[in-house]
Amino acid sequence: MSELLLSILRIGFLIALWWFVLTVVSVLRRDLQAPRDAKSLTPARSTRRPSPRPTLRARKTSTQLVIVEGALTGTSVPLGSSPIIIGRAPDATIVLDDDFVSTHHARLTPNGNHWIVEDLGSTNGTWIDRTRVSTPTVFRPGTQLRIGRTSMELSS
Amino acid sequence: MSETISRYRVSTRRSAELALIAGAWLIGVFAWILVDSATGESSLGGWTSLLSAGILLLLTHAVVRWQAPYADPLLLPSVAALNMLGLAMIHRLDVAAAQRAVSNGSPMPTPDVYLQLTWMVVGLVAFMLVLSFVRDHRRLQRFTFIAGFSGIALLFFPLLPFIGNEINGARLWINILGFTFQPGELAKVALTIFFAGFLVSRRHSLALVHNKILGVGIPRAKDVGPLFLVWLAALLVLILERDLGTSLLLFGLFIVMLYVATGRRSWVLIGAVLLSVGGALAYRAFGHVRVRFDVWLDPFADANGAGFQIVQSLYGFANGGIFGTGWGQGYPQLVPFAKTDFITSALGEELGLMGLIAILLLFAIVVERGARAAVATRDPFGNLLAIGLTTVVGLQTFIVVGGVTRLVPLTGLTTPFLSYGGSSLVANYIIIAILIRISNAARAPEVSDAELVLRQDGTSDD
Repeated sequence: MSELLLSILRIGFLIALWWFVLTVVSVLRRDLQAPRDAKSLTPARSTRRPSPRPTLRARKTSTQLVIVEGALTGTSVPLGSSPIIIGRAPDATIVLDDDFVSTHHARLTPNGNHWIVEDLGSTNGTWIDRTRVSTPTVFRPGTQLRIGRTSMELSS
Repeated sequence: MSETISRYRVSTRRSAELALIAGAWLIGVFAWILVDSATGESSLGGWTSLLSAGILLLLTHAVVRWQAPYADPLLLPSVAALNMLGLAMIHRLDVAAAQRAVSNGSPMPTPDVYLQLTWMVVGLVAFMLVLSFVRDHRRLQRFTFIAGFSGIALLFFPLLPFIGNEINGARLWINILGFTFQPGELAKVALTIFFAGFLVSRRHSLALVHNKILGVGIPRAKDVGPLFLVWLAALLVLILERDLGTSLLLFGLFIVMLYVATGRRSWVLIGAVLLSVGGALAYRAFGHVRVRFDVWLDPFADANGAGFQIVQSLYGFANGGIFGTGWGQGYPQLVPFAKTDFITSALGEELGLMGLIAILLLFAIVVERGARAAVATRDPFGNLLAIGLTTVVGLQTFIVVGGVTRLVPLTGLTTPFLSYGGSSLVANYIIIAILIRISNAARAPEVSDAELVLRQDGTSDD
């Protein structure tokens, strides 16, 4: 085989190899941008999920937190203007007796018309729908906040 | 292909995985064709080998789709690409060995690539079996101590008389039914399971700080025991089996897992101190360790003796340059053990720096995905197990590639997925199977109550 063809093929192979690696990286990047985006896995639910873009228009402030799943199902907690701590410790605002809940697990803080969820370094994580809360996140009506075996929603 | 990926990007990405596996296979085929055309060999056996490798990879993908539908889509294609590149390079070195035999008039050596292919089959079958039988990685925690004992047994198996086998000064192999096997490779997996199970139940006491010295928390004296035992075991491996690589790998693995379990930097510090003490002792006491160190510091002092291998390897890299000599056009066969320990230098010569960076990126991707599975998984045992297995792959790659490029002293370890060697390939496919199982649990959409109850069972001693 001619020298020229061989050196073209030599570079061609490197291009193929790099193209493969870069394709893998591009899939990886998409995964990093939307790490837990599993919307399409549960299409039934995605229809009633609010738009993923934050809506800036004023919303009626939610007035209670309803527990929809777990040992305290059906309980509702009135929301005022002070932060709420959820955890296993007796001094938490909402005490969840659950092995998967850390002593001080998460904090809900009012901010204007929104409630902000913060994870307080829990072991098993705080989840809004399928997303793990790692930075303070807005908790919207219609989404579910899951802590251990308990899920809760905002209600007006 | 990018179209396929974007269409499925919010789904489980199984189709992206399929497309990437096909791409990985095609790269292997491309490499194989280039080897044959550059060296003027036409190996008819090659096509059946490549086809069977491709079919087997497809089958593996199908098993992942069936058994772990939410698993990470990038782990399998990355290791498939590495494995295919390794096969092509082993084939290329077979061709070189055959050509040398022809010119010397000596008998034709048996090609190694078919045996490696057989081991790839065994490895992928082991992958599928692990994925099918380990339905939930948390079940592995029950086997913590069984894994610990079998890990240590496997590690010291080669010391037994009759089946133990010493090759090139290291006693790492066992002979069973004519096959040689390196049980230390499987011991890595068993010991990682043991470390994860052990550290999950002890992590709180290990994280306790006794007092502070220079701003670093020092753990209580009685908690240092386990670390000390692992250190002794690593030293024993070094003394009795003369295996610098495995002993370094085991100790490094334990330190990383200890750090991840407790979040205490002091463990890393204590580990580093123990490592340097052990290294200094070994340097003084053992000739082979001293030779490795001296060759690392100045390979050209004895370029035709002790430093021959590393010097040839460095010349290989230099000959390859940035873009490499091209498949089949370099002289990678001049480096002793090019198929096993020095496959990186063979690839570095023929694919150049660009090719080597791409290969190292594939390893980096495997490590990133493994670490990501570890972060995303919701149980502490899975977390530690995933980070431990990832560390095994990453640290081993670092130790061996670093050794070949003279960044760290050379230790005899296989390059995961690339090197010729069945035990390593099988063990690494088992590692990837467990990582895929954990990533499936981490990415699965719903956490049902049944699963939570299971999780409670799994971590009840926590």
